Amino acid sequence: MSKFQGVDYYNLDDHLSQEEILARNTVRAFVEENVIPIIEKHYRAGTFPSELTLKMAELGLFGSTLPAKYGCAEMNNVAYGLVMQELERGDSAIRSFASVQSSLVMYPIFEFGSEKQKDYWLPRLASAKAIGCFGLTEPDFGSNPGGMITRAERKGGGFVLNGAKMWITNGTVADIAVVWAKLDGQIKGFLVEKGTKGFSAPEMTGKHSLRASVTSELVFQDCFIPEENILAKSGGLKSPLKCLSQARYGIAWGALGSAMACYESALNYAKSRIQFDKPIASFQLIQEKLVYMVTEITKAQLMCLQLGRLKDSGKLRFTHVSMAKRNNVYHALEIARIARDIHGANGILDEYPVMRHMANLESVKTYEGTHDIHTLIIGEDITGIPAYT
Amino acid sequence: MKIVVCTSHVPDSATKVNIGGDGKTIDKAGVNFIISPYDEFAIEESLRFKEKNGGEVVAVSLGGDPHKETLRKTLAMGADKAVLLKDESSQDSFSVARAIADYVKEVSPDIVFFGKQSIDTDNAAVGSMVAEMLGIPSVSVVVKLEMQSGKVIAEREIEGGHEKVEARLPCVITAQKGLNEPRYPSLKGIMGAKNKPIEERAPAARSPKVQLLGMRKPLPKNPGKIVGTDVSAVPQLVKLLHEEAKVI
Ligand SMILES: Cc1cc2nc3c(=O)[nH]c(=O)nc-3n(C[C@H](O)[C@H](O)[C@H](O)COP(=O)(O)OP(=O)(O)OC[C@H]3O[C@@H](n4cnc5c(N)ncnc54)[C@H](O)[C@@H]3O)c2cc1C
Repeated sequence: MSKFQGVDYYNLDDHLSQEEILARNTVRAFVEENVIPIIEKHYRAGTFPSELTLKMAELGLFGSTLPAKYGCAEMNNVAYGLVMQELERGDSAIRSFASVQSSLVMYPIFEFGSEKQKDYWLPRLASAKAIGCFGLTEPDFGSNPGGMITRAERKGGGFVLNGAKMWITNGTVADIAVVWAKLDGQIKGFLVEKGTKGFSAPEMTGKHSLRASVTSELVFQDCFIPEENILAKSGGLKSPLKCLSQARYGIAWGALGSAMACYESALNYAKSRIQFDKPIASFQLIQEKLVYMVTEITKAQLMCLQLGRLKDSGKLRFTHVSMAKRNNVYHALEIARIARDIHGANGILDEYPVMRHMANLESVKTYEGTHDIHTLIIGEDITGIPAYT
Repeated sequence: MKIVVCTSHVPDSATKVNIGGDGKTIDKAGVNFIISPYDEFAIEESLRFKEKNGGEVVAVSLGGDPHKETLRKTLAMGADKAVLLKDESSQDSFSVARAIADYVKEVSPDIVFFGKQSIDTDNAAVGSMVAEMLGIPSVSVVVKLEMQSGKVIAEREIEGGHEKVEARLPCVITAQKGLNEPRYPSLKGIMGAKNKPIEERAPAARSPKVQLLGMRKPLPKNPGKIVGTDVSAVPQLVKLLHEEAKVI
């Protein structure tokens, strides 16, 4: 198969800087050479390709927008977005790994942590000497995390944590968990280190989606957390939501990567598959499907680019992110489903990436705020009327 | 250690190229350009050389502004500074070598790296020409390189095997696939490269030794024919190769 050249129907590269293009192309080559050849095997085995973790750190994929003094690349958000796009073209699990480490672990430490916590953890997380996870969702509180049951109580120079989290990406492999719990009724972030007494993180099994990503439960039973491990500057539900807004930004771009992988595969397949003595690409019904795909990809690219420029200029609102996450993941999933269809029976085989992306995107549509929850977020923003309850 | 690495900016081998209206250049519209792949081995080796022996790596490219993209990537991989020998015209190998040799003479580095050939015109000449112009040793098609007390020991590919040679510094090395595994520029390197200088210089006028008359695309191939898919097809295949293709 020929090398992936990207999808750029509207010459959007003209609006990218040399660094942004170089960052994207570098990660594209990395994914082409290191992820795509091994990902199906891991997807099937239900394992994360941990052999890539250090290579990803060397490339600078963790916390890449954070300051250089922590060993990070200090890139702008458009470059970061393009990197997420390329990672997800490989697999949503790879992008999820980078998203969690960067947006859900390094970001809250950077934003809500003490200087000591930042100096200790950020270089370790950037270099993947430590892996992190983010525990917000609970078995009974998903879309409504404010209702969480997990609690911290002050005791003897620290806190005692009790409760359980579920659906936590990287939980089992994490050295450090950013855990959200109520302290005197207010949500606070805590750093829970692997090996802490009373803390366990069993892996969840049986997933049909994001199979190359580790998903876990986090269980806390009278788990003692020293005073120095609280994220002191966090407070209230808005703190974890600020983290989610970072991660959702990456997802909005990432979904584009999955969509591009599916479109490229469908386009190539349609041009080479002969039925009724012609390539199937010569049938109007197939062309309509391909045109839908490239049009939605182009619209999503425009959205992402402006989203990134807004973020870089400090004008971004979280509702902007909701709109892009909601739209781009929805259409990426539609594109994956249609691509599966165009591939006919071949579409269900792991020889092509489409079924894997399609299954992955079902998770992506749900996590970090479901499609419908983002509808309600934007709905509230434009009408002024919250419709959650 | 002063290390120079020369890079060329070439059409990506994965893109289809068309010949431009003048019949002598390619139509650049919609063509992706990359660092010539053999130059990537040269860059990697120059960086390893610096990491081992200390010093500075200067990346050099001859061409127009688009070559800055290649220089920027070289800086992102770890080169310290870059020089664009600015010349937009089409060049034969001699004129390219002359301009580079003039520059190299001025900065007198300890070692100069090239790819064994640039994958656009495939002349495989510039590196050796520069060495000749400067009267310094040149070792081409190198797959292994070490430095020992002011000399380099290089292994180079020859028909059916390798040979080991020794050369004194300064010298020219042209890199072959297998010399190393080129690194990716890190995101940190990419951001850092923004602040590294690209100096522009105008090379002196040179007169080419070879004139390009025209380019043409390969003639389209006739479609193949499947004679059969198992042993039973062999007699028929032999017959066709003998009577129709007349190759046996
Ligand atoms: C693979 C994977 C990885 C994950 N990783 C993490 C992680 O690392 N950390 C973490 O904290 N969480 C993680 N999650 C959890 C994820 O964020 C939640 O699944 C998500 O927030 C939805 O919660 P839920 O599954 O409990 O669904 P529910 O909240 O039960 O929602 C079920 C359905 O009801 C709808 N719904 C809910 N409320 C309303 C309403 N008011 N109005 C209309 N419709 C509504 C939803 O849109 C959805 O369709 C992960 C999930 C998955 C699948």
